[in-house]
Amino acid sequence: MKLTRQQRELGTKFWIYLAALVVSVICVFPFYNAILTSLRTGQDLFLTSYLPTTFHWENYVSALGENGVGRSLLNSFLVATIAVGICLLVSITAAFALARVRFRGRKYILFTILCVSMFPQVAVLSGMFELVRFLGLYDSIGSLILSYTTFSLPFTVWVLTTFMRSLPVELEEAAIVDGASLWVIITKIFAPIMGPSLVTTGLLAFIGAWNEFMFALTFIISNENRTVPVAIGMLQGTSQYELPWGHIMAASVVVTIPIIVLVLIFQKRIVSGLTAGAVKG
Amino acid sequence: MAQLTLEKLNKRYGDAAQVIKAIDLQVNSGEFVVIVGPSGCGKSTLLRMIAGLEDISGGNMYIDGTRVNDDTPSERGIGMVFQSYALYPHMSVYENMAFGLQLAKLPKDEIARRVEQSARILQLEPLLQRRPKDLSGGQRQRVAIGRAIAREPKLFLFDEPLSNLDAALRVQMRMEIAALHRRLKSTIIYVTHDQVEAMTLAQRIVVLNRGNVEQVGTPLELYDHPANEFVAQFIGSPKMNLLPGTLVSSGDTESVVRLWHGKQLTVPIATPASAEGTKVKLGIRPEHIEWGTVADAPYLADVLFVEHMGNETYHYLDSGKLGEPWVVRNSRRSDIAAGETVGYSLPPEHCHLFDESGKAFARRAVGNGASCLPGMDAPPITFAEPARTNVMH
Amino acid sequence: MTHNSESLLPSAAVAPPPTASAPGRKRSLQQRRARAAWVLVAPALILLFAVAGWPLLRTLFYSFTDAAMDTPEEYNFVGLANYLDFADGERFGVLADPLWWQAVGNTLWFTACSVSLELFFGMLLALLMNEKFRGQGLVRAAILVPWAIPTIVTAKMWGWMFHDQYGVINDLLLRVGLIETPLAWIAEPTLSMWAVVIADVWKTVPFMALMLLAALQMIPSDLYEAARVDGATAWQRFRRITLPLIMPAMIVALIFRVMDALRVFDLIYVLTSNSEATISISGYAREQMVSFQEMGVGSAASVLVFMMVAGIAACFLWINRFSHEGKEARE
Repeated sequence: MKLTRQQRELGTKFWIYLAALVVSVICVFPFYNAILTSLRTGQDLFLTSYLPTTFHWENYVSALGENGVGRSLLNSFLVATIAVGICLLVSITAAFALARVRFRGRKYILFTILCVSMFPQVAVLSGMFELVRFLGLYDSIGSLILSYTTFSLPFTVWVLTTFMRSLPVELEEAAIVDGASLWVIITKIFAPIMGPSLVTTGLLAFIGAWNEFMFALTFIISNENRTVPVAIGMLQGTSQYELPWGHIMAASVVVTIPIIVLVLIFQKRIVSGLTAGAVKG
Repeated sequence: MAQLTLEKLNKRYGDAAQVIKAIDLQVNSGEFVVIVGPSGCGKSTLLRMIAGLEDISGGNMYIDGTRVNDDTPSERGIGMVFQSYALYPHMSVYENMAFGLQLAKLPKDEIARRVEQSARILQLEPLLQRRPKDLSGGQRQRVAIGRAIAREPKLFLFDEPLSNLDAALRVQMRMEIAALHRRLKSTIIYVTHDQVEAMTLAQRIVVLNRGNVEQVGTPLELYDHPANEFVAQFIGSPKMNLLPGTLVSSGDTESVVRLWHGKQLTVPIATPASAEGTKVKLGIRPEHIEWGTVADAPYLADVLFVEHMGNETYHYLDSGKLGEPWVVRNSRRSDIAAGETVGYSLPPEHCHLFDESGKAFARRAVGNGASCLPGMDAPPITFAEPARTNVMH
Repeated sequence: MTHNSESLLPSAAVAPPPTASAPGRKRSLQQRRARAAWVLVAPALILLFAVAGWPLLRTLFYSFTDAAMDTPEEYNFVGLANYLDFADGERFGVLADPLWWQAVGNTLWFTACSVSLELFFGMLLALLMNEKFRGQGLVRAAILVPWAIPTIVTAKMWGWMFHDQYGVINDLLLRVGLIETPLAWIAEPTLSMWAVVIADVWKTVPFMALMLLAALQMIPSDLYEAARVDGATAWQRFRRITLPLIMPAMIVALIFRVMDALRVFDLIYVLTSNSEATISISGYAREQMVSFQEMGVGSAASVLVFMMVAGIAACFLWINRFSHEGKEARE
């Protein structure tokens, strides 16, 4: 029997909703599971129950306090903000030149920046280690601000360049006719218009810096200077073989929630930023 | 108010061919000149070179006798209106208009005076605190013009300013721009691809094609005395019909052409004896072809199709093997239908004649009897006042 | 460079001196802008050289020395010994280390598996998101969650889910009846790489899906309507319209992901503690450098990592160039 058009459409709808449901569950479940675990202590941890059984907040208290995750949050915030701030400041002028001015070597600079953004971090690790020691920054968050520029700067320059390119040329020409110098064009015309793009780019770079692990693991040894990823990676139990899963999950939830909230608030911008950087690559 | 002189101005990008080829042009103080041409003819490039947004590869440019080749746009003292308006989206209308003046470090009260004055001229006063995104297309266009006016430039440049507007608004803005010119008496160079805009706005039109100036002249000069086939077909809509033929006999006052179908026509156009026997093209505008009866008329043709515009009617006549049909325009309604055979005649006094290379043979004047050969090295026409009557000297 | 650009304007240089009032020789707009452009990019370039170029050069330099991590100032040149050395009929150096080759294999296997799975699932997800249905915003928010979660947290979360005794994965598989006894996902060498791949795919499919979705949304819908009118089936529409049109964006997303996967370190370091079965080349290099304090050997491994990644990137760009020939010419 042939299905009517309506029946077929209904069938398609059903599969779409089912797929959407499955996708959402798979995406959210691991984090949900982490929250579940973080609310359990002692033997409850080893229950494999998919609904909340107990609400113990002790894990959060000890994760934030004893294990120094609170301090790490502050470190991560400082490092990511300063590194991204410097990168944005430097890249806005560079992006303007790369997007708007025809000059010899522009193509090579863009290519170099793209290459550096694909550098494996380990390739600069020993050289960076030497530089960090030379500057006396070893085991301080200064070392991370310096080293995070390695990957943040090419990213911000690249994304801002693509954003700048999408602004109409005539806007800049109108400013030239009005007698604006390049500096005025950048600071009075482009920077204000680019505001939202700057936020997007900054946010993406911030997340990248927030999540960085290798440099943070290598250049920081003392507990109080650790960033969030290292603090979580290094959380140890009393014995070597028993990991404090409740604490780890509590700390994970704590450091993830700010990022998830940020991402959900700036959803649309983040998606446009992610794709702007890549689609034109 | 300034005079602009272009001297062998040219432009090339790298090693590529020239996009602007040795252009000579003089624009007089207070004159409204329209540069018109098909897309890609280099008209926008030329305007941007005049503005200083595009480097000049060769030749000289003078404003009031001063060479300005390497001056910045603001040093040249130009005001420009862009196709997309290019208003600063983060500034209010007032700030948009004041920006250039602030950069020029004018005193505050002077800025306020100028902005308010141009706002008054363009009726923008109630909008001064709005952002561009809250304005309609026509309002944005006015702000863009206002921004240019506020700078009190020596030279106004318009780059296809009306092409983003809908048809009705375009006619209205066209009249406003014309009125503005009458009021400000400023020198305006206006670029468009639309020959109607050119005809209605210009005191003089510059027809540009592939980086060359094809002809410079008043609108009616271009219409009545096109210098070549390109101008003949570019100016006027529907475009001029071109009928192939051979020059049978030449003369100082009259020439005889044998048309493609063998019939001969005597036209009041001077041709040199050397052209005798060469192929020529006879040009006639759609409104100049006259109907006759099938019995009397010298030529017959089948009507391919008819377009009724209401106020006028276009008939497309089968041109046989020549391909493109002729167009006949009637200002009255007509009951001639497609498929009918009609008789028509070509009034000799309305015919144009072009040689093999497309260059026009000099026509005797039409209209008010003045005679002139536009596009030659005649001195540029000056206007005592900017009224757009049928002025010839 | 400036000499060349000045000679671009022959007529300006040859032109007779202009009227008396003209100012002295000035640079043209383009020249002034080009000059200013260098000033504007200079800070970024200098900074980039300081944090990327210079450290890379120093890494290369150290790869020829026997420096140790705690005393990098004391070193001797050892030539290529860190890479490969022959002594007493035996071979030494990174290239002679079976663990290095194991790491190379692991990395390539990881990259191939996770990127192809990501592409597959990413495409499905993008096609789903491209449909119109209620609650789309919620699904979009949900798929951003894995992307937003820090990699280390991902590693810990999945580590817990893969726990052999109390992990959710084993529990679910047991309940469904797919396995009889719990699997040691992390400890078992044959399974641990799959654990890493699964966690990585979970985290990065959203990125891929968003990229592909952006490309999908650029396809004008009347193309599909035209194809429908022409009687194309859903599969034909996908194969003949969608795929060719999103190919450029797909290749770019693919390059991004491959480059990212090749330098994987944190996920493996935390999830499987750099076990031999999963260690990546980045992990190997860092282990030599930090855990064994062998700065020279570690640097040599780093240089090899760099060369390998650069080589693969060059291959990709070379392939991609064919499809972008026209674009390049316009630049």
